[in-house]
Amino acid sequence: MSTRAEALPAAPASGRPPTDWKSPDMVARVKRRYRSETIFRFIGLAALVFAVGFLALLLATMLRSGLSGFVQTQVKVSVELDPTLLELGSDRSGQALLNADYLSAYARGLRESLGPAGPDIASANGWTALREMVMADPTLLGRTVEIWVPARSAFDQYAKVGIDPDIPPELAPVSSEQIAAFERLSEQGRIRTSLNRTLLFSGDSTTPEAAGIWGAFIGSLLTIAVTLALAFPVGVLSAVYLEEFAPRNRLTDFIEVSINNLAAVPSIIFGLLGLAVFLNTMGLPRSAPLVGGLTLALMTLPVIVIAARAAIKSVPPSIRDAALGIGASRLQTVFEHVVPLALPGILTGTIIGVARALGETAPLLMIGMRAFIVDAPRSITDPATVLPVQIFLWSDNVDRGFVEKTSAAILVLLVLLLLINGVAIYLRNKFEQKW
Amino acid sequence: MSTDTLARIAGKQEAVDALPLMTARDVHVYYGQKHALKGVSIDITRENVTAFIGPSGCGKSTFLRCFNRMNDTIDNARVTGRIELEGQDIHAPEMDVVQLRARVGMVFQKPNPFPKSIYENIAYGPRIHGLAATQQEMDEIVTRSLTRAGLWDEVKDRLQDSGTALSGGQQQRLCIARAIAVDPEVILMDEPCSALDPIATGKVEELIDELRGRYAIVIVTHNMQQAARVSQKTAFFHLGDLVEYDDTSVIFTDPKESRTRDYITGRYG
Repeated sequence: MSTRAEALPAAPASGRPPTDWKSPDMVARVKRRYRSETIFRFIGLAALVFAVGFLALLLATMLRSGLSGFVQTQVKVSVELDPTLLELGSDRSGQALLNADYLSAYARGLRESLGPAGPDIASANGWTALREMVMADPTLLGRTVEIWVPARSAFDQYAKVGIDPDIPPELAPVSSEQIAAFERLSEQGRIRTSLNRTLLFSGDSTTPEAAGIWGAFIGSLLTIAVTLALAFPVGVLSAVYLEEFAPRNRLTDFIEVSINNLAAVPSIIFGLLGLAVFLNTMGLPRSAPLVGGLTLALMTLPVIVIAARAAIKSVPPSIRDAALGIGASRLQTVFEHVVPLALPGILTGTIIGVARALGETAPLLMIGMRAFIVDAPRSITDPATVLPVQIFLWSDNVDRGFVEKTSAAILVLLVLLLLINGVAIYLRNKFEQKW
Repeated sequence: MSTDTLARIAGKQEAVDALPLMTARDVHVYYGQKHALKGVSIDITRENVTAFIGPSGCGKSTFLRCFNRMNDTIDNARVTGRIELEGQDIHAPEMDVVQLRARVGMVFQKPNPFPKSIYENIAYGPRIHGLAATQQEMDEIVTRSLTRAGLWDEVKDRLQDSGTALSGGQQQRLCIARAIAVDPEVILMDEPCSALDPIATGKVEELIDELRGRYAIVIVTHNMQQAARVSQKTAFFHLGDLVEYDDTSVIFTDPKESRTRDYITGRYG
């Protein structure tokens, strides 16, 4: 602050000639500028094409080997539901119907309707469909029913891709006699291709034609539910406290650095932590979505805290002033004005964290979620597996049927992640405030 | 400021109004090591609009924010001295800062309506302070506040529109209406027109004139013409000191201090 007593110094005397904007130097400089802009644009475009190309390659590979997994070759079997063969006696109670010997009836049906090669062609698990039918409608007993059961994986592959010329005939999964029998059945109209409900709605199995992702899907949902239920409230409240209430001192600085570091810790470390704390110290059930969810919550927490803090920080201070200025308490200011405005950012961060957790495999292997589990879990303490671990397990398997299943399951996981990210974008656009 | 000036100002003040609404005595403000306000004493009356003028960084906004303890929200700010609202120390432990801010409302430099509906902007304050028992009472408060802020005719058909969709001048009057809605005794305005165009500024100035007498109004402004137009009392600040405080007509025509005269005549930056 000074008084403006003396006038500004006069402009310097024109000691240099006026700038010539048309000189060759100037023209060359302009040209150089245009050239560097063109080059940059080209490089940027090339980078984009490179990135998108890899993504397209990934998708194309998955689609090529995975799409066929969504259809299934099925065989029509006629089965006589003879109560004697089913060892039912005269008892028609639900318990008796449940425990009846459907396998024998099924085996006989296979031989009689498909010929001697029948048991080799049709899935051995097909008898469960009989049980469901009889349980739903006991009047079927004594009648002959026709059901479509999955073909064995080897024939499924034969129907889809034919004979692999690289495999020598003596090692081929199907013999020429079996192929002849299969072709005969095909001519009789006993073979069809249909949507693979097994893949989507069955649990895991040791035979590829009976294996599905249902159990893993439910396991993933339960695990993510546990993760979200823990990580979202704890993460958001930590962020609110750190950003709006905590004093600025060494301790909060230390906490901030620690949180940022935690977000960068490899996920398998969290798995070891879960193993040590939740399983060994606390004695929670092994392989359960509860433990998986807790472990993934630890991993997701720093991501949510960081995203929520950034979102809260981006709410303009004028909004806080406005609320405080008319006598809102700090709590009211934070929870009625700041947090609602930060919500789109908080939700986006949370969903990104959850999407990462959904695709996480390593920490779950550490806490035993790689077990072979056929049934879908009914609660968060039942043993379960999750989609990425299921993919990992199937990818270990050499059977061609499982190769196809692996890719199909990856496609399902990708679609799920796409949906989740779509929800994130929708929420962000819906709640985003403009001022 | 010399003690005899203080005595003169205080004496004159007491002669004019027996009971000042707010008084400040020897107020110092520190931001960390920086001594931003150096022992300021002043009386604010209900009858007058009081203008704080002075060059940038002179402490006038800092001083304004002492009256509703908004400096509390700044981490390293420290306020000493005594400020009273109707004889009650606002820093006393029994003074609730939330109620203080309802009684001493504030309008900010940049219009800052909540990104909610116009109705909700006004209704928020009365709701958190429990000023309306029924929906009908709330409607009345909203209508009355908007009418007093001269905004009713412009927004009565779109009360559910977002407050942020209004023009800058309308937003600022909405903020004034929002402050009025909790029925304050004092309204502090921190350069309320600096983000507005001349027409919107004119409307806000008219509004300030209409509100005079009902509320004690303290306005910080960079614009000396504005201070001359809207205020009856003017305080001139320089480098954290209150240099001179007198009737606006005296400050602008016959200032006692040479620093005031230099500023009024445009010799300060």
